[in-house]
Amino acid sequence: MSDSASIIFNIDNVNKTFGGLQALSNVNLAVEEGQTRAIIGPNGAGKSTLLNVCVGRIAPDTGVVRFRGQSLTGRTPHDINQLGVARVFQTPEIFPDLSLLQNVMISAFSKRDGAFRFSPLKALKAERQLYEESMHYLEDLDIAEHAEQLAANLSRGDKRRLELAMCLVQHPRLLLLDEPTAGMSRHDTNRTIEILKKIKERGMTKIIIEHDMHVVFSLADRISVLAQGAIIAEGLPEEVRNNEKVQEAYLGGGQHD
Amino acid sequence: MLLSSRSELRTLLIFAAVVLMMPIWLLPLGAAYPDLLQKFAIFGIFVIGYNLFFGLTGYLSFGHATFLGVGSYAAVWCFKLLTVNVLPAIVFGILVSGFFAAVIGFICLRRSGIYFSILTLALAQMCYSLAYSVLTPITNGETSLQMEAHDARLLDSWIAPHVGDGLPITHLFGIPMSGYPGFYFCAVILIISFWFSIRIFNSPFGLQLRAIKSNQERMQYSGYNTRIYLFSAFLISGMYAGLAGSLMAAIDPLAGAERMQWTASGEVVLMTILGGVGTLIGPMLGVGVIKYFENIFSSYNHDALLESFSFLPQPLAEALTFVVSPFVGEGWHLTLGILFMLVVIFLPGGIMEGVDRIRARFSRHKQPQQTEQTT
Ligand SMILES: Nc1ncnc2c1ncn2[C@@H]1O[C@H](COP(=O)(O)OP(=O)(O)O)[C@@H](O)[C@H]1O
Ligand SMILES: [Mg+2]
Repeated sequence: MSDSASIIFNIDNVNKTFGGLQALSNVNLAVEEGQTRAIIGPNGAGKSTLLNVCVGRIAPDTGVVRFRGQSLTGRTPHDINQLGVARVFQTPEIFPDLSLLQNVMISAFSKRDGAFRFSPLKALKAERQLYEESMHYLEDLDIAEHAEQLAANLSRGDKRRLELAMCLVQHPRLLLLDEPTAGMSRHDTNRTIEILKKIKERGMTKIIIEHDMHVVFSLADRISVLAQGAIIAEGLPEEVRNNEKVQEAYLGGGQHD
Repeated sequence: MLLSSRSELRTLLIFAAVVLMMPIWLLPLGAAYPDLLQKFAIFGIFVIGYNLFFGLTGYLSFGHATFLGVGSYAAVWCFKLLTVNVLPAIVFGILVSGFFAAVIGFICLRRSGIYFSILTLALAQMCYSLAYSVLTPITNGETSLQMEAHDARLLDSWIAPHVGDGLPITHLFGIPMSGYPGFYFCAVILIISFWFSIRIFNSPFGLQLRAIKSNQERMQYSGYNTRIYLFSAFLISGMYAGLAGSLMAAIDPLAGAERMQWTASGEVVLMTILGGVGTLIGPMLGVGVIKYFENIFSSYNHDALLESFSFLPQPLAEALTFVVSPFVGEGWHLTLGILFMLVVIFLPGGIMEGVDRIRARFSRHKQPQQTEQTT
């Protein structure tokens, strides 16, 4: 598509059907390095499916996904993560039986050690540096006070923040966020926006799916609108806000929750 | 770093003391004789290894007795071909069972959940059939593999030819491996095995295995190749089983296919669950309970029961004997089944859950959400 050197991530002509349902039809997307791209669209538009294609959870019927010039199609999820792509899921994916600190440390280990490292003799407690780094991110997300608690006992909003901490500790090059503020109070939402703004300053590229327009317009550099599996509009926030098709399909429709 | 903290050292020392003093404190329970003590130690090693896989990863293997049997066969072959010193036999047993664990693990870990369990069961049954009939030249089939007077024992005959026509006995540099020396040898290996399991539990590797149990998908999206982790854990636990199997052969140089039967695989699952899956010492409590009661209950027969009820009026004694006798002797598994059922229903976390509940009741200061599983 674009031959601009700063394109870090692009999706080319991706199609996906589930049975008879066309979940994604001819989706194209190109994200520049450091950009925050929002994807909005009504429920069932195919937003989560698109992210699933990106991280290797489902294979597209046709089309490719490229990250820094490499095709991600056909790669395993762990491989894609090791390339520098991390994801926050719509329903929080955490380790409920482990403590918050352990949750984050596990993520940190994989960043440092790669997809496999056999270390049965080293003590966890000897991992001072990763411990401190993990605590730092828990503090950043205001959940450090629960560091020793089981993740299962967190509220849904806190689980999301934990998952965000697990992703951030890996310093990913590309962060995919599927409704990161759903289920959060106004206060926590604003706090999350602050954190996401902060990592933007560090140059992390993000794709964020979000229903909350306050979040979208505070963070997004560009917005893509997905409806019934197809990108119906793309542009700067102002352009999208004023786009008639978009208002019809989504913004004015009042369908979002 | 061999021990990372004081509490680990303390746990290990207490464990070592308890194990080494078993001949003393088991005396009042009537269990302080070498045969049973050896069984405690050997099955202790077996469950420690089993628990490292099942307890940490949550993958239920129904085929671990295969590695136990393979370890025994390998050890006996080592006695036959090389030397009756037990050390090489143990090393050989671990290596050969490790090879089997690698092959079986590689195949079975392509699936998870119930399909994994069924694959392990199927492969274990195949190995059992191979040992029982197909590979008779290697395993001696039904009659069990044993040492014979005309065995080569290359190393032994090179150093000092065996004289006389009796069978040489297995030894550790001259210490015969039967009776109490045999027990103490197994006990020392049990303690080393336990130390290694503490290390795994408290290492990043152990944490990663527990994370796989908790949410394997998240592990993958966090960049882990979970299959290699599972494979490593399976391999380690298979080698533990091989170690236990070769110790069985070291104590009593005999290897039979029944050691590999699915009931034997089931037994280690029972012991682990009964004691407390995923806890450090729970599974060994399971071994203690099952092996102890097996020993007591299975030794009773009809006459022994009548004898012990003899203080009652005769009709009553006979009635009681009639009621109880299906549960002892050959019927001991009936008792085990009931015991297991009760534990799983009332204490899903096994004996360790019972211990924790009692402890919680007695401790004044409550501690919310204990996340470190060190007991
Ligand atoms: N694994 C799947 N199998 C079958 N249908 C699916 C699957 N995943 C998503 N869908 C369907 O695809 C459509 C898009 O879903 P999704 O991507 O979750 O939407 P969004 O995240 O935009 O709300 C929905 O109609 C959903 O039911
Ligand atoms: Mg969705």
